[in-house]
Amino acid sequence: MPADTDVPLIVEMRGITIRFPGVLALDNVDFSLRPGEIHSLMGENGAGKSTLIKALTGVYAIDSGSIMVSGEHQSFVTTADAQAAGISTVYQEINLCPNLSVGENVMLGHEKRGRFGIDWKSTFEEAEHHMASLGLDVDSRSILESHSIAIQQLIAISRAMVLDAKVLILDEPTSSLDRGEVEQLFGVIRSLRDRGVAILFVSHFLEQVYEISDRITVLRNGQLVGEHLVEELPRDALVAEMIGRELDDLTAISASAGREVDRTGTPVLRAAGLGKRGMLESADVSVYDGEVVGLAGLLGSGRTELVRLLYGADRPDTGEIDVAGVRQRVQSPRHAMARGMAFSSENRRAEGVVSDLTVAENMILGIQAQRGWLRRVRKSEQDAVVGEYMEALGVRPADPTMPAGNLSGGNQQKVLLARWLATAPELLILDEPTRGIDVGAKADIQRKVAELSAQGLSVIFISSELEEVLRIAQRVVVMRDRRSIGELESSKVNLDHLIDYIAHKEGSVLQ
Amino acid sequence: MTAVETEKAPRNAVFAGIDTFVNRHASVLPTVAAAVILSVLLVGANIRFDGRFLTPGNISALLLNNAFLMVLAVGMTFVIVTAGIDLSVGSVMGFTGILGASMLSGGVPAIVVIPTMLVAGALIGLLIGVLVQYFNVQPFIASLAGLFLGRGLAYVVSLNSIRVEDPVVLWLQTTRFRLGDWYITPTGIIALVVVAIGALVMQYTRFGRTVYAVGGSESSAELMGLKVARTKVMVYVISGLCGGLAGLLLTAFSGAGYPRYGIGTELDVIATVVIGGTLLAGGRGYVLGSMIGVFVFATITTIISFMGAEQSWTHIIVGGLLLLFIVVQRAIVARTSRTG
Repeated sequence: MPADTDVPLIVEMRGITIRFPGVLALDNVDFSLRPGEIHSLMGENGAGKSTLIKALTGVYAIDSGSIMVSGEHQSFVTTADAQAAGISTVYQEINLCPNLSVGENVMLGHEKRGRFGIDWKSTFEEAEHHMASLGLDVDSRSILESHSIAIQQLIAISRAMVLDAKVLILDEPTSSLDRGEVEQLFGVIRSLRDRGVAILFVSHFLEQVYEISDRITVLRNGQLVGEHLVEELPRDALVAEMIGRELDDLTAISASAGREVDRTGTPVLRAAGLGKRGMLESADVSVYDGEVVGLAGLLGSGRTELVRLLYGADRPDTGEIDVAGVRQRVQSPRHAMARGMAFSSENRRAEGVVSDLTVAENMILGIQAQRGWLRRVRKSEQDAVVGEYMEALGVRPADPTMPAGNLSGGNQQKVLLARWLATAPELLILDEPTRGIDVGAKADIQRKVAELSAQGLSVIFISSELEEVLRIAQRVVVMRDRRSIGELESSKVNLDHLIDYIAHKEGSVLQ
Repeated sequence: MTAVETEKAPRNAVFAGIDTFVNRHASVLPTVAAAVILSVLLVGANIRFDGRFLTPGNISALLLNNAFLMVLAVGMTFVIVTAGIDLSVGSVMGFTGILGASMLSGGVPAIVVIPTMLVAGALIGLLIGVLVQYFNVQPFIASLAGLFLGRGLAYVVSLNSIRVEDPVVLWLQTTRFRLGDWYITPTGIIALVVVAIGALVMQYTRFGRTVYAVGGSESSAELMGLKVARTKVMVYVISGLCGGLAGLLLTAFSGAGYPRYGIGTELDVIATVVIGGTLLAGGRGYVLGSMIGVFVFATITTIISFMGAEQSWTHIIVGGLLLLFIVVQRAIVARTSRTG
């Protein structure tokens, strides 16, 4: 427990547990906020940050635990309840109405009323007063969507001031701001802190977290890892806490990382200086026959953006891509598929598995797309493919006629893997294939990837779990702040080196 | 060099002024465009027909012949601003009309019949609103169900036209308040009052502003703590209520109830609302704009009957205008939105 326990807590969450079907999203988590502090909530994707915030703002109901705000027990049913208790949230995707004026967005639901309904003049005056108190000079009658995201962000904070917020939650507020805008936002945040507002800050930019926070709480896999004063938590200790270094029972899986890869020939894929405005600054990567290349870096470092550019899901502004030594302009995923690539998205449910189709139909989709929709895949051929991969990947339950949506995350991932493997790709791109799935399924997938690459398949493997990357990939490309910052040979580094490399400050955009 | 700069400065000031105006009032522009088109139509027709078009009698008739359309357009504006749609209004008008006529011919006094018509309309609206909000049915489908329900009920009440002889209802249409050559009937006054109330509610009440907020971003409105569910149900109730009132006006106007009244009217109403500057995607639009839209529609109809041409030309011209307006709106939205 921190030293200054004499300050009364404004928010005190104890033993918060939230269950979703099949997942324990939060497991007995404690969290507290003091007035006049900036408190960062850290953790990788799926650690439970958003769930915790949603529990505090009344979006999710808690299964067990207690929430005290200003010393009173609260059970919020709607966001309006939380707002009434003084908790306001500013989200990354700004939750204001783009069609209304700035002033109205600040005041919606709290407009000044005269005898004949809303008194617009004093409503706008009050909005301007609140904005001015944050040093924001904007025409309050202009339409919200005519302003930049940064200004909209500050307008959203002004709205929180109208609600007389005692707690302000900022969820990834800086992810689409440039440096100057971040400075302006930080100025506002600091002045609010000095007025005694408790600020809960979430960002995946380490530099920003260290720049602004007084205190840091780390979550991992839905559990509390620790609460620290910022000066007592060195950067690499933070990264280690976020990523975790449990010795799991997977170490034995493969000597994959140590396997020698012949890099004398032409790479299967080579990209240099690849970039797209607002997504990725610049990244280099190459993959050889039978090689597994890992992409390591924190969330938001540009891993997914890089592979989306490689696969043609987004089009790069700069840089070049060679496929098997030939310069290509990969324009669409179809294009990429025709050149022997396959991409399994990190967003399993939204961009991968079609939940209403059966397991077998999901597996066949890839082949069908490759052949064109008019050429039917014969039933016997379908059965052969489905049978082979159900067996090889150990899909459970072993019933190809089940709707894929009923499978667990791990088994859905296997179905996706089968879909792409069935198209016999030369290069397989896997984005977070093992996130949020159980250890058994994880092991099955890792084993299959190691096995296939030994037979000559080239793989780009993205994972937030660094141990996994080091275990499977022969080479690791490290990403930070939307660029690739270097390459490491897995056999020559250990986890500590890699963490050091990722966390190291120099070269970051925010120094 | 200096000359160039001094010349540049005031021009920039002008552009800045235009910018401020556009940033503040972009959503009014389609409605302004509708008003311009209306003026062009009126003046053009007056020249074409040698001054016989812009007469007090003719303009008064424009309003009175379309009073029911105007009332429907007000209700529809509320719905469309929330990014919904209400296809039921034509049948609701037909149903409440024949229901009222049948009750009146059965000897029920107007003081009971009129509220019954309004409540019947509002109930169908409530049904649609509940389907949309609590059963998550798309507005198109929910109100299509309302359309069939209303029409079916109308046929249940009567298959034939029923004459109305009730003095109160007939008074609504036959009384003429005159001012020189201008005249207006109680039905016209009702339509104008409904427009005024609609415009004030949209502009000066929290409910009205929530309607806009829901149309702009429903999830944001929810997170802002606004009463989204209640508002979404209410707009359909208002539209249904307007349907009931339009049924009364149409019955008074035609002196009879007929179960086939209002077939296809919902589409005319949607067209007038869109021409009046309301964005089908929601979030932008004005009740007064919809009134202008109705006048544009009515003027085109009248011009065509003045010319003695086929009335099908009305629909061709309205269709063309509709396309034009949708394109103009898209352009304006693209111009103001700098985000994303």
